[in-house]
Amino acid sequence: MTTVRAGAVAQATPLTLRERLRLWLDSEPVLAYLFMSPGWLILLLFMSYPFFLGIWISLTDRTVGSATGTFVGLQNYRELLHDSVFRLTVLNTFIYGFVTVPFKLLLGLLLALLLNQVFPLRNVLRAALLLPWIVPTALSSLAWLMLYDAVLSPFSWLLKNWGLIESNIAFLGSRTNAIISLCVANIWRGTPFFAVAILAGLQAVPQELHEAAAIEGANAFQRFVTVTLPVIKGIIVITTLFSIIWTFADFQLVYVLTKGGPANSTHIFGTFAWQEGIGGAGKLGMGAAVSLYMFPVLAVLSALLLRYVRSQEA
Amino acid sequence: MAQVIYDHVTKRFDGVIAVNDLNLEVKDGEFLVLVGPSGCGKTTALRCLAGLEEVTSGDIIIGDRVVTHVPPKDRDIAMVFQNYALYPHMTVYENMAFGLKLRKVPKQEIDRRVKEVAEMLGIQDLLNRKPRQLSGGQRQRVALGRAIVREPQVFLMDEPLSNLDAKLRVQTRGELIKLQRRLGVTTIYVTHDQVEAMTMGHRIAVMNQGVLQQLDTPENLYDHPANLFVATFIGSPAMNIFPAQVVSGEGTVRLVAGDITLEALTEHRSRLAEYSGREVLVGIRPEDLIVQPGTVTEDRQLRLPVEIVEPLGSETLVHLRGPNGALVAKAEPHLHFSVGELASVRVRIEHMHAFDPQTELALF
Amino acid sequence: MVGSNRLSSRLLFLYLPLALFTLFLLFPFYWMLIISLKPNSLLLNTKVNPLYLTQFTLEHYRYLLTNTDFPRWAWNTVVVTFGSTFLSLTSSILMGYALGRFRFRGGNLAGTLIFLAYLIPPTLLFIPLSQVVARFGLYNTYWALILTYPTFLIPFASWLLMGYFRTIPKELEECAMIDGASRFQAMWRIILPLALPGVLSAGIFSFTLSWNEFLYALVFMGSGHMKTIPVGTVSDLIRADVFQWGPLMAAAMLGSVPVAVAYMFFVDQYVSGLTAGAVKG
Repeated sequence: MTTVRAGAVAQATPLTLRERLRLWLDSEPVLAYLFMSPGWLILLLFMSYPFFLGIWISLTDRTVGSATGTFVGLQNYRELLHDSVFRLTVLNTFIYGFVTVPFKLLLGLLLALLLNQVFPLRNVLRAALLLPWIVPTALSSLAWLMLYDAVLSPFSWLLKNWGLIESNIAFLGSRTNAIISLCVANIWRGTPFFAVAILAGLQAVPQELHEAAAIEGANAFQRFVTVTLPVIKGIIVITTLFSIIWTFADFQLVYVLTKGGPANSTHIFGTFAWQEGIGGAGKLGMGAAVSLYMFPVLAVLSALLLRYVRSQEA
Repeated sequence: MAQVIYDHVTKRFDGVIAVNDLNLEVKDGEFLVLVGPSGCGKTTALRCLAGLEEVTSGDIIIGDRVVTHVPPKDRDIAMVFQNYALYPHMTVYENMAFGLKLRKVPKQEIDRRVKEVAEMLGIQDLLNRKPRQLSGGQRQRVALGRAIVREPQVFLMDEPLSNLDAKLRVQTRGELIKLQRRLGVTTIYVTHDQVEAMTMGHRIAVMNQGVLQQLDTPENLYDHPANLFVATFIGSPAMNIFPAQVVSGEGTVRLVAGDITLEALTEHRSRLAEYSGREVLVGIRPEDLIVQPGTVTEDRQLRLPVEIVEPLGSETLVHLRGPNGALVAKAEPHLHFSVGELASVRVRIEHMHAFDPQTELALF
Repeated sequence: MVGSNRLSSRLLFLYLPLALFTLFLLFPFYWMLIISLKPNSLLLNTKVNPLYLTQFTLEHYRYLLTNTDFPRWAWNTVVVTFGSTFLSLTSSILMGYALGRFRFRGGNLAGTLIFLAYLIPPTLLFIPLSQVVARFGLYNTYWALILTYPTFLIPFASWLLMGYFRTIPKELEECAMIDGASRFQAMWRIILPLALPGVLSAGIFSFTLSWNEFLYALVFMGSGHMKTIPVGTVSDLIRADVFQWGPLMAAAMLGSVPVAVAYMFFVDQYVSGLTAGAVKG
């Protein structure tokens, strides 16, 4: 009926240094940092370090030839602001990033709704329609390059054949045409991503909700708005933010289709930075400055994204 | 085969004390049950023994080794989890062999042991199945088998029966008891079910809010609870508790609560005398309130109105209106009580308990 | 099923839109295919209907494989892709495990930082990174890409795997540790097999992203024999403004096939990896 005292069966001896070390190594915080070290090392060496180095370089007049270049402060940044090509680049990137996204979203949503239905060969189609996103952009852009060719484009041929136009369309020949062409190719590539993500969300909507709404008298559109939309809202926001970020920081599509031409009129940040820093004059400092102009926008977008994701998790 | 000692073990989580200065000695081959309401610290205490939690202070001793800082894999223990924790991607055989393979036991020895234990538990036909193909009861046996095969010094069991349905639970309870008695391995068993505790343990450790309340055999816990918590936790329906005034007079000591006057036994008089003029808490188990319908004249009978009648078949529970709330009594099944009517109650004074209202310790 | 089931409405509202989408999304691949098989005489003939094949030839593929460096590019791409996938997978498994299962201070912060690392894109880093690569003497070697690709592979893969690891009950590990496993053995023999779908998803993703990468390959490994398929195809098959469309499309086809095939075999893993980001947020 009593609690028992511990017998002097074995005296606890103080730990040896070796044992203490083993214990320390086995503790969770230490193991955690140990496990994470390879990943962190790579990220530190090839992401953090270059990031800060980039800031430094952008403040110098370094070129591909010279070793380090001299410090020039914000000169590069100021020069760019006065550069008409750069200003056009900024405009282009915003157009490219923000105009394509609504299209990708709407088309993706529509496609997702279609793919959510039951029909023969559904799985095959679902897999096949993701291909524009899967395949290397540089390579699919080559296909678009030919589709947009001033001489060989089948689109021109078809429209001429139907008597709708007289001469071939110069898809990439003028700034306006080129931007539209770029946007179309971008929408082509990005729509499947939206479709697949939204489709996953649609499949998470419980069937009973649809049935309950239908019994209450809601038609298809009303059901969509009251039942489906709230459930997929989160996915839509997240996917959209990701898409804007990626499109903003794009490179391959524009590089292959126009290289920023004609006459530097379709550059986006990535291609212009490349042209300034690597191609041509090799002005590394200038190129780095161009790239870094992207950072504020990206920071704002990713902060938004992070906040939204955190709020969903809570 | 070994004894287990908790020596002043305390476990603190971020300011919350889950286990408070636990001192416990489990004898070699004993089946010790740790029981208490949820949050009482019993699972934490078990996990400290397993090495899954680091003690904040104190020592754990298994056999003749101090294992406080020894990792789980070197403590020579085996554990059965509440959810069985069977490795889903391995067959039953592989599940049971896993621990032995890690210890580099030779293949033939592993095979022999696994097959032997599987036969003991009746799962020898399931050796090639995966956990998801098994029923709850079968999984439980595999979890047991995995522990037995290791031939450890101590078995740890964390509510292993709580995921089984009621009938299977009772049946498995009996089998577990037989198994443990046969294997003779020291076993620490955690449960929140006091019926399980009472039927299975050699001794039971009752815990509440991290503190060990009482360590004793089931009979002693029932007949001689050390404090109010143990008294009301063990036994179902719970012991009736009500405050009463201690009145000492001409050679007797009486406990007075409203209309009820109970005379204390001789051997308890001196103990109660210390509380003369003050209140104590009186405890009487339902089966110690002998109740009959109607009013039969006989001395030392109380008359109390009946509020609720619960016929259970083997007995009837009668809720009476006492001086301080309801009193539950167990009655013979053939007696018929009417709600609102009076019933006669005789108290078995010899089984009465009293508790200090402040410390809640038992006076007797 | 809720909604109209009549054939006419299905035709109008389901099959027609689907057909339009299929046309839009898959036409460029069709084009790629037929151009790669169309003889040059027909290719450059603007009078005939370009939309179907009347004759076909394997000349362009032969040319590609024998007269260009394409086989070399293919080998380079394979080495770089497998190397960087392997490196990023091992790092990510360890990192995802640490973030998902260890309790330690700074766990949340680490997770956030990983997520943010995801959002410093290659177009921002490539210029200074080229200097870093040169300084480490890795310029124009496989290591230039094998070591730099993980920067955009690890964040996503770690986060994906962290989610997977979190779904595995803690008791399994604890039981393994009591059974005699060290922390690492528990991870290797118990947790990892159970997280295999996640590992596969992360692997497929890494494979695809590595194979398709262009900018770093162009800048760090862009000369002579070290080009990857995307870079080589774009730079070498356009000679003095003359586009050799046949071989170009053949290269585009061959360069896309491995990724498409890997994807086809692991569609479910790929999609679940993709949507893990979007759905779980």
